[in-house]
Amino acid sequence: MSARRESGVAASPDAPAVPLGGSGRRRAAIGAAWIAFGAALIVFPVVFSNPTVTTIGVFTLVYMTSATAWNGFAGFSGYVPLGHAVFFGVGGYTLALVALHLNMAGGYAMFALVPLGGIAAAVIAVPFGLIALRTRRHTFVVITIAVFFIVQLLAFNLGFTQGSSGVQIPTPLWTAATFNDRFYYAALIVLALAVLVVWGIRRSRFGLQLLAIRDDEDRARGLGVKVQRVKLVGFVLSGVTVGMAGGIYAFFVGQIYPQFAFDPLFDVTVALMAFFGGLGTISGPLLGALLLEPIQQYLTLQYSVGSLYLIIYGALFLVVILAMPRGVIPTAGEYLQMRRARRVERADGRSPAATPSVEVAPLGRASR
Amino acid sequence: MGSSIVQAIIDGVLTGGVYALMAAGLTLIFGVMDIINVAQGIFVILGAYLSYSLSVHAGIDPFLGLLITIPALFVVGIGVEWGFMRRLKEGDRTAMSILVTYAVSIVIEGVLNISFTVNYVQIHAWYVNRSVHLLGFYLPYIYVFGFVLAAVLLIALYALLYRTRFGASVRASLQDRTAARLVGIDVRRVSTISFGIGVAVTAAGGMVFGATNAFNASTSYDLISRLLAIVILGGLGSMGGALVAAVFMLVLEDVVAVAWSPIWATAVFFAALVVVLSIRPAGLFGRQVARAQ
Repeated sequence: MSARRESGVAASPDAPAVPLGGSGRRRAAIGAAWIAFGAALIVFPVVFSNPTVTTIGVFTLVYMTSATAWNGFAGFSGYVPLGHAVFFGVGGYTLALVALHLNMAGGYAMFALVPLGGIAAAVIAVPFGLIALRTRRHTFVVITIAVFFIVQLLAFNLGFTQGSSGVQIPTPLWTAATFNDRFYYAALIVLALAVLVVWGIRRSRFGLQLLAIRDDEDRARGLGVKVQRVKLVGFVLSGVTVGMAGGIYAFFVGQIYPQFAFDPLFDVTVALMAFFGGLGTISGPLLGALLLEPIQQYLTLQYSVGSLYLIIYGALFLVVILAMPRGVIPTAGEYLQMRRARRVERADGRSPAATPSVEVAPLGRASR
Repeated sequence: MGSSIVQAIIDGVLTGGVYALMAAGLTLIFGVMDIINVAQGIFVILGAYLSYSLSVHAGIDPFLGLLITIPALFVVGIGVEWGFMRRLKEGDRTAMSILVTYAVSIVIEGVLNISFTVNYVQIHAWYVNRSVHLLGFYLPYIYVFGFVLAAVLLIALYALLYRTRFGASVRASLQDRTAARLVGIDVRRVSTISFGIGVAVTAAGGMVFGATNAFNASTSYDLISRLLAIVILGGLGSMGGALVAAVFMLVLEDVVAVAWSPIWATAVFFAALVVVLSIRPAGLFGRQVARAQ
């Protein structure tokens, strides 16, 4: 609430016309919005205690984490991996198999295995990245898909994963009323971690190096960026976080099968969420997952028999991509900026139509 | 053992021809438009379902039915290009095209699931389960017919691209969109028609696929991952590369299935891709992309 009033003040006619982003008041408003958003996430299960709602809440948090982590690599480096389900599945399987072999009873101790899932994901991410990051653009996309299918086949056919019969994970003996809440808060902690990591990347020298790679990899290399190392570290960091999300997901669902742990839909859904909200922004993937995952869960529950949800989901997606190709957050930001600029101009007595609002893209970019 | 490996090689070459046809459509679309058409897998399944319905409900032979299904998918392709692809911004076309065509593909998947249920079906005709005995090897008729069909269509595609004026403008757009536009080629029209052709060939591929495999809509995921692997291995935009890669990959898969185990055949398929691309990032016949400023 207070966030909205603050930004309203900042947009008043006597505000300076030039610095459209980054003034002190604006920054305070954004900070307040983040705090309000975090607080809303914390109190959510207290307000909505219906188990169906909190179940959707846990899934949404897991996807918010995954989309944020995916974007932390893809959005900043410009590489689009479609194989992050590898990390998701490895995280889940690590938790399931360790619990199985240590004969663990379901309980809080199981959450200690979540970071272990992240470590296992890192162990996979290093060779995966070393191979895949030698290539660029489409070839990179397809290599990540190929590695994904190899890992899925391994999960089906290796002995220790117990093949297609899957692994059962011990269910904690918590009271039904607050059962989901514990998973919710565990997922929220991992989400907070993911956001912090991405925020840290964005503000660091390392993040600038990633952005330089996105803009022009060869030139970045020429300027002294150790491109292979930077890309690999970014890739592994994002894999670790997705691995932890996978661990929580598997524990929550209570069993793990190759086709659910290594799901091609996961690869694309996470990318869709990041694109939907706005690639390369911190709030974009959060918003994308926050909007899309509940819709998907709701449609799945509502139309569990038919495949109507596929049609609605796909159609919704097409509309958003075509109407807002850069994602909701950047488009909304541009809209707000334009409105502010117009208001400032009107105060100056100039016609808003005089501003050149269309930016002409350079012709050569298409071939890159 | 030896003769079963030869048999596997024969099977691989015959099915590889059909995959080559589907992959040729994919690589044509990429080459001309810089678009990765992830929906190619579901278009194949759509083609298969069309042939299936024609043969079940109207009693039309699947090969004869191609006279209907190929134009039908051509129209679908043109519709998708006109409705979505040409609306993409130039800047990050490739990345966006993956998402848009994926969204198109899940919409079609939903429609197919509702119209045909998720039960597996297979196209039947007299030649589907019979084979000819030749020099000690069994050649299933459908494999032979499918291979001949694929070869005929690939030759037709080749003739279209290398022997006609339209083909020359397609190849010009393939090499450099901007330059093609400068010499007066209507690149938009060429793109639309190329997309239509690239999708239309899936009608034939889908018919043969549907006759040799039981399928439902979600089979498309398996298909598209293979097709992408083939196209990337051959080098994106290279028609000959797609052909060689398709035959190579399917022979490899069939031989591994016989010599080692069918379980690992698919893993070897993808592992071969990873190994080749680690050595040659541009694929077997890919052009090294010149660095654009």
